[in-house]
Amino acid sequence: MLRLPKFAYHTPKDAVEAVRIAKQYGKEAMYVAGGTDLYPNMKRRHQTPQQVISLRDVPELHSMEVLPDGRLQIGAMVTLTTLEHYPHLLAHYKGFAHAVREISTPLLRNMGTIGGNLLLDTRCTYYDQSHEWRESIDYCMKKDGAICWVAPGSPRCWAVQSSDTVPVVCAMEAEIEFADEGGLRTLKADDLYQDDGIQYLTKKPEELLTKITLPAPGNWKASYLKLRRRDTYDFPVLGVGACLWFAEDGTIEKANVRLGGIGSYAMPATATEKLLVGKKLTDELIADAGAAAMKPARTMDNTDLDVYWRKKVAPIYVARALKACL
Amino acid sequence: MVLDDPGLKHGAASPQARSDAPWQHDKNKDELEHIGKPIRKVDARSKVSGLTQYADDLTMPRMLHMKLLRSTMAHAELAHIDTSKAAEVPGVKGILTGKDMPMPFGILPVSQDEHALCPDHVRFVGDPIVAIAATEEEIAWDACRLVEVDYRELRTIGGVHEAAANEEPRLHDYGVRGNIHRLENLEFGDLADGFERADHIREDTFWFEGNTHLPLEQHASLAHFDKDGKLTIWSSTQTPHYLHRALARVLHPLPANRIRVIATPHGGGFGGKSDPFNHEICAAKMSMLTGRPVKVVLTREEVFWCHRGRHPVLMRSKIGVSKTGRITALDFHSFLDGGAYGSYGTASTFYTGALQTVTYAVENYHFRGARFFTNKAPCGPKRGHGTVQPRFALEVQLDKVACDLGIDPAKLRLDNLAPRESVTANYLRIGSMGLGACIEKVVEGSGWHERRGKKEVTKDGRIRGLGLACSSYLSGAGLPIYWNGMPHSGVQLQLDRSGLCTVFCGSTDIGQGSDSVLGWIVGEVLGINPLDIKVVTGDTDLTPVDLGSYSSRVTVMTGNAAMQAAERAREIVAKGVAKKIEVPASRLVFAEGRVFDAEDPETGMTFMEAVGIAEAQLGTIGTVGSYTPPKSAAKFRGGGVGPSPSYSYSATVVEVEVDPETGIYRVPKVWMAHDIGRALNPAIAMGQIEGSIYMGLGEAMMEEMAYRDRSHKGQRIFLHKIPSMLEYKSPSTLEMPDCVTYMIEDPDKNGPFGAKEVGQGPLLPIMPAVANAVFDAVDVRVDENPISCEKVFAAIQAKNEGKDARFGPALDATGIPDVDFGESLRIKTPWQGGDGTASNAPSRTKKAKK
Ligand SMILES: Cc1cc2nc3c(=O)[nH]c(=O)nc-3n(C[C@H](O)[C@H](O)[C@H](O)COP(=O)(O)OP(=O)(O)OC[C@H]3O[C@@H](n4cnc5c(N)ncnc54)[C@H](O)[C@@H]3O)c2cc1C
Ligand code: SF4
Repeated sequence: MLRLPKFAYHTPKDAVEAVRIAKQYGKEAMYVAGGTDLYPNMKRRHQTPQQVISLRDVPELHSMEVLPDGRLQIGAMVTLTTLEHYPHLLAHYKGFAHAVREISTPLLRNMGTIGGNLLLDTRCTYYDQSHEWRESIDYCMKKDGAICWVAPGSPRCWAVQSSDTVPVVCAMEAEIEFADEGGLRTLKADDLYQDDGIQYLTKKPEELLTKITLPAPGNWKASYLKLRRRDTYDFPVLGVGACLWFAEDGTIEKANVRLGGIGSYAMPATATEKLLVGKKLTDELIADAGAAAMKPARTMDNTDLDVYWRKKVAPIYVARALKACL
Repeated sequence: MVLDDPGLKHGAASPQARSDAPWQHDKNKDELEHIGKPIRKVDARSKVSGLTQYADDLTMPRMLHMKLLRSTMAHAELAHIDTSKAAEVPGVKGILTGKDMPMPFGILPVSQDEHALCPDHVRFVGDPIVAIAATEEEIAWDACRLVEVDYRELRTIGGVHEAAANEEPRLHDYGVRGNIHRLENLEFGDLADGFERADHIREDTFWFEGNTHLPLEQHASLAHFDKDGKLTIWSSTQTPHYLHRALARVLHPLPANRIRVIATPHGGGFGGKSDPFNHEICAAKMSMLTGRPVKVVLTREEVFWCHRGRHPVLMRSKIGVSKTGRITALDFHSFLDGGAYGSYGTASTFYTGALQTVTYAVENYHFRGARFFTNKAPCGPKRGHGTVQPRFALEVQLDKVACDLGIDPAKLRLDNLAPRESVTANYLRIGSMGLGACIEKVVEGSGWHERRGKKEVTKDGRIRGLGLACSSYLSGAGLPIYWNGMPHSGVQLQLDRSGLCTVFCGSTDIGQGSDSVLGWIVGEVLGINPLDIKVVTGDTDLTPVDLGSYSSRVTVMTGNAAMQAAERAREIVAKGVAKKIEVPASRLVFAEGRVFDAEDPETGMTFMEAVGIAEAQLGTIGTVGSYTPPKSAAKFRGGGVGPSPSYSYSATVVEVEVDPETGIYRVPKVWMAHDIGRALNPAIAMGQIEGSIYMGLGEAMMEEMAYRDRSHKGQRIFLHKIPSMLEYKSPSTLEMPDCVTYMIEDPDKNGPFGAKEVGQGPLLPIMPAVANAVFDAVDVRVDENPISCEKVFAAIQAKNEGKDARFGPALDATGIPDVDFGESLRIKTPWQGGDGTASNAPSRTKKAKK
């Protein structure tokens, strides 16, 4: 890896100024929160912004509060370490809190923010390499090259969504707020992402992520289960985010299951969801619902661990994630 | 930690061996003062407080930064290299290509096959082509991007099977034939008879994937050619003496005596910094070219290209045993994927066949080994050099034999122990041998008899298993890397009236504590505080030659040399003191910083005064000591690899918890017993044992040098899949299990104070023990290393489908390549009345066509 390339560093004091600078420099500019994703990418020359806009001094991004209606609102710059020790989160959002704790190491969580985690670049073992390595394969479509090594005939990039919180916030139907020159807008988490390794976000580059709002505690339960080689700083090669809404008698009213780490977005396990609705969560149902996730788990050879094996264990992980919602 | 005497039943040292052993050097001292005590390392505080200056910390005025442009193709001829655009970049001060350093080099005299920069042929992605020095590192890097290289692609040789099948194109124009670098075929005893007498025979195949050292410190060097025509290079090398030789060779006519190599403190080596490297030679040449100091620091990816790590090895092993499990014959084949260059590969090849016999008595033994050149980063020595892969095969196979015969695997091993003070079928001389005591310790500690085969289930549904394995390793290679009759290690000692004692030695502390070993030994002999001793090492201008930090040789060899130098110094000081206080020199005790009369301890003086007296009487005090290993019993060709002054022994029990649904397993606990001869410092020795467990678990569970193999526009793309610290998976502290360590002290007469090696041996049994533990838990065999979760899963699936419950290479030609090893060299075993020579002289296998 190389050292950081040269860039100008901006420290806006509020969101309006931040957005203004971003708009002014257009493509040349990028926001930086904790920098734990952006800086390594810059060292590999994946992203080479000449203008880096630090969000550290923007006070409104650091807030965290429980709204009167019980929803929890978290500012984009809240660090993962702050989150993982926040008692309210541990008490009412176990699945989400677990996902946060599973992100990398304590050191990276001290720097990394929730905003940065939600916007994390997609990953691929052909892409997350030094410049020299990529030179040897004549690069790839995501950066500097023409073809996709994972699916050479394909017109698109299949780099994988690798954030641990995204599958669970999508399953929970959290809302994400953005600011740009026109003001604020809110998206359902699912709507922020799309199935493309390069254009994996639907937001405009200058749009500033300000807040994420988690639903009020209620008749639902969410869980997150992560598959990776080492339980320390490895990215997920499969991240199952599940959220189930229960009726009084335990019947499942609604089910969201999202698979991270295998596609360019947190992919819904639709067949699994369908099976669950209207039933009670028995061991048998869990096994069937898990097995139904085999099909969408279209693993590709661009992460750690064997493709075939990952596909085979996906149903087991889905089943275990559902079990954790009991 | 438990320090233990060897059990009397197995491997007890005979009183005879103890009384004439050298550790009782000072008859007047009741007990050892420093040896065996957990004192801190001489350099510990600087290291932990971050003050140690590593190679990358060094800077000099007007220093240039150098970058290497490396091949982006796996195998190609270089038709043309155009550096003209790079030369125009402001800030670029020097450019070198292969033409500037035409002399080939290599660590072994038999494989001088590397160039500082490839002149016309690149052999792997990462092979260096151009070196550029500039005022800033970024400028040098940018300039490298402007160099135009015209490659002519050659067919890529991607592994052992491809190398065996394709004689052309050849990677090198030397070797046996085609892309076979080495072929060895050694037969000890009568194999046919051995198998004839066996009650049970089994044949297995194994695959051990390559892996790398992964030192935290990336290689770095600073070279300075001064105005007086002298070259100094500071480098993170384990072998300053060999680097010195390589520099003298390539930089000819610069005489060797004008070259100074200083080995800087190490941030990890493990064998990966034992070869002379391109970047070191280029930095030196660049400094000569530009007249300015030149610094080079490799990136993490470049460290993966330098590699010299574990060879990928395919193995086939046929073993014959009696009803009771005694080994009557062993027929072992190994096929090594050597990568692009020779490196230590000749030795590695022999090592895959050398040490099978020092743990268990093998009556008749046949070893065939082949090493191939392939278009991968060159393989070489990594902790356990060449003996790790066959040890995996042998220990897993013995577990299967035990299972076949219904014998406890621990008992099977105890029944087969090689005898102490004996000579093996392949003429290795065993001295002290504490393996029996090691096995008994871990069996007892782990509750082996009570817990094995019980298939306990954990709360989260995982199944427990226990696996046992043993190993042995050398305490230094018996022969040097280049043929010579000089000592392997030299030590010089200087004492003066200030009480100062300085030890000079060419050895290199790579973190294992070898500088401290010198301090402890000299401190013990002279009765002074080891932390008061100055240790100067790894500087070819100042220190006598030591061959380097490899093959676990340093404690035994420099230790013996230091002991000799210190004893000579003590004699001189004693002479002076004896005269002064009128006491016979033989009655003087050197202890607690004093020299005094054993019969009247009040009569005496401080060590400082004693030195002053001796200096006044006898002049300036300086002594030397040196060490050469005992002569080998093997006299046949190839018998030079394997002999050692002594062998260490280890036994381990590993516990695993396997998730039967996914194949994912964890290792909660490891018991390891190591026969160290004597622990000069138990705390440091334990660090080596635990470090070995850690590294072994990495190899067992996840580490591998995986390659990407694709094609693009009709061209083959073949390169290291994941050269990064994040994606080359290696365990973190979280994966480190609970370790119970036992040290067995069975002193060896060839070691200083009886010490044997500890740096490498305890790594070896970990991988097979994990494989055996997985079997104990879920009844499947993974005959491949790493024993990754995917393989465990595949084997469990095979079992569930009623197929062979195994994952590993096939026994047919798809698994084992068809190689003609030619006629074997036949050597009679000692019990057949052999004398260590061969009874035939096969003509060397057909020579390659040029
Ligand atoms: C070794 C290592 C291991 C890791 N392991 C994991 C893991 O296991 N799981 C995981 O999920 N992540 C992992 N990460 C990735 C990363 O550390 C985390 O995702 C972290 O949360 C990113 O947050 P950040 O604040 O550092 O983001 P940054 O690097 O600052 O930003 C990331 C991206 O988001 C943009 N951005 C940030 N904030 C805003 C905002 N408010 N508005 C608009 N754009 C914004 C940036 O421009 C950039 O494109 C790992 C990283 C490393 C280096
Ligand atoms: S999925 Fe294809 S295009 Fe995308 S990063 Fe990987 S190789 Fe490149």
